[in-house]
Amino acid sequence: MKTVVCIKQVPDTEARIRIAPDGKGIAEGDLNWIVSPYDEFAIEEALRIKEKKGGEVVLVALGPDRVQSALRSGLAMGADSALHLKDPLFESVDTLGTAWALAAAIRPLAADLVLTGQQGVGGDNSQIPGLLAEILDVPQVTMAVKVEIGEGKATVEREIEGAHEVWETSLPAVISAQKGLNEPRYASLKGIMAAKKKTIETKDAASLGLKPEDLAPKTRVVGLELPASRPGVKMIPGDADAQVKELLRLLHEEAKVL
Amino acid sequence: MPTIVTFAEVRDGKVRRASLEAVSEARRLAGPLGATVQSVLIGQGVAPLAAEVASYGADRVHVFDDAELGSYATESFARALAQVITQEKPSVVLVPYTAMGKDVAPRVAARVGAGLVSDVVKLEVKDGKLEARRPVYAGKALATVRWEGEPQMATLRPNVFALGTPEASRPFETVTGTADVSTRRARVQSVQAAGAGKVELTEAQIIVSGGRGLKGPENFHLVEELANALGAAVGASRAVVDAGWVDHQMQVGQTGKTVSPTLYVAAGISGAIQHLAGMSSSKVIVAINKDADAPIFKVADYGIVGDVFEVLPKLSAAAKDLRSRH
Repeated sequence: MKTVVCIKQVPDTEARIRIAPDGKGIAEGDLNWIVSPYDEFAIEEALRIKEKKGGEVVLVALGPDRVQSALRSGLAMGADSALHLKDPLFESVDTLGTAWALAAAIRPLAADLVLTGQQGVGGDNSQIPGLLAEILDVPQVTMAVKVEIGEGKATVEREIEGAHEVWETSLPAVISAQKGLNEPRYASLKGIMAAKKKTIETKDAASLGLKPEDLAPKTRVVGLELPASRPGVKMIPGDADAQVKELLRLLHEEAKVL
Repeated sequence: MPTIVTFAEVRDGKVRRASLEAVSEARRLAGPLGATVQSVLIGQGVAPLAAEVASYGADRVHVFDDAELGSYATESFARALAQVITQEKPSVVLVPYTAMGKDVAPRVAARVGAGLVSDVVKLEVKDGKLEARRPVYAGKALATVRWEGEPQMATLRPNVFALGTPEASRPFETVTGTADVSTRRARVQSVQAAGAGKVELTEAQIIVSGGRGLKGPENFHLVEELANALGAAVGASRAVVDAGWVDHQMQVGQTGKTVSPTLYVAAGISGAIQHLAGMSSSKVIVAINKDADAPIFKVADYGIVGDVFEVLPKLSAAAKDLRSRH
C-alpha cells in the first residue's frame, strides 16, 4: 500500500493576519507556519494504514523553501519520504495550477491512495482534492471522518449537512480528511531524529514536465483587506433579570432579529 | 447572448435553499451581464422541480432525471454539469458551497478547465467581468478575486445571497439531458440522518454556542435549552470540542465551521482569535461572559457580563415566553 499525502504549510491558526504592503497578500514577517491541521489528519491516517497494511507514506508539498519544515514535521511523525515542488513559476499559481503540479508529481509514484486535508487552512478553498482526482482520473471521497481500506477498495464515511454518508470507492482514489477522522500523533524524539536523516527530494516545473502555460492562473487575487470592524458593543447593565429583559427587548425592537 | 449556469442541488426531493439563492444571484447578475440564466437539476424524480427553479429566475432548466442518479456520485454529477457547460459555453457558473457543491465543483472545474473561486460572499459585475469577494483565513481577511478567461466559476456561501421573489408564471423551457453514469467509481452506499429536527449550523438563522465557561459537558444542556427556545442550532468553541464535551461537527471557528447567522449568541466563550474568525460575519452577536475583558466583547453588538449559569436559564425562559407571544 503506497499512500501519498499532499500537505500545505499555512500560518498558525492563532496568528493575527496582517496585509502585505502590496495589498494583495499577507505580511509573512514574523508569522509562525504550521502544517495545515486537516493535513495532519491525512498524515495520521496514512501512517495508520501503513501500520495495518504495510507499505510506505510519501509526502508532497508545493511552495517556497520554508515548506521544507512542514515536510520535516510530517517525516518526524513517521512518513518515509518527501517531495518538495519548488519553482518560481509556482509563486503565482492558483488552485488549478497547484493541482496540475501535484498531479504531475504524484502520477509517476503509482500510489494506491492519495490523502489530503479537506481544505488548506487560510486559503480555505477546499478544491485540491476534487481537482487532483479529476486530473489523475481517479475517484474521490471528500470530508472523510472514517476510512477503512479493503482489497482494491475503501469504505469511507463522510458528514454532510445534518446527515452521515457511507461511501464505497475503488482504489486508487483521492480521499480528503475532515476533523474527527483521527487524533494526529505527536512526533517522538526518535522520529524527529530519524526525520533529519531522511532526504527531501526537490522538483521544479521542468522536471515535472510542466510548461508555463499549464500553470497560468485562471483566478487572481486583486486585493486583500481586513474585514470592516464591527460597530462596537452595547453592554447591558443590571442584575441577571434586568439584563435578560433588556437583551430580549433590544434583539426584538432594535436589532429586529427575534 | 452570454449565459449563466447554476447547479440546483436536490436533497430529499426538495431543491435546497442554497441552490435557490444561487439562481436568485444569477438573475441579479443577468441584468448587468445581459445574460440568460440556465439551471441544472440532477437526480431521480427531479423533473417536476424545474418549475420551482425557474420561478426564481432560470430561463432554461436542464434536467438529468435518471434512476441511476438517485444516490449521489461525484463523477456522474460532474459529468452532467460539465456536459451542460461544454454545450452552453457559459460565461459564469454558480454552484452552492454546500457539502455536495464543495465536492462536485472542483471536479467540474478541472474537467472544463475553469477558474474556480470558492465560498464567495459577494459578486459584482465590473467592465462586463465578475469580481468576487471571499473570506480567507476563516474571515480574518477578505480577498477580492477576478478571473482570467471564462467560464468564471464560483461556489456561493449559503445563507448570504438573498433569495429572490419567486414568480410562478415566469416562462421557461426544459431541456432533457442524458447523463453518462458509466463511471461511478465512488458513490454513496447509505445515508443516515443525524438526528431529526437538528438545525444545521451553516444554514441556521440563529446559533447559540457554548464554551469553556460552562465548566463541563454536564452543563452544556443550558446552551441546548436556549437553542431550543430560540429555534437555533447549537455550536461550540474549539476548546470544548477538543476536550470531548461535544461532537466536532458543532465546532465554530477556523478549524470548524464558518457561520454567518442573523443572530449568534456566545455563552461562556472568551473569543480566541480562531473562534472569532468563524463567526464575526454574523449579523448580530450577543456575548455572555463573566470576564468583562474577554475578547468576545470586541466583536459583540450586545454584551452581558454575568454568570452563564444564572443568565442562560433566565434567558431560555424569557425567550420561550417572547416567542409564544409573537
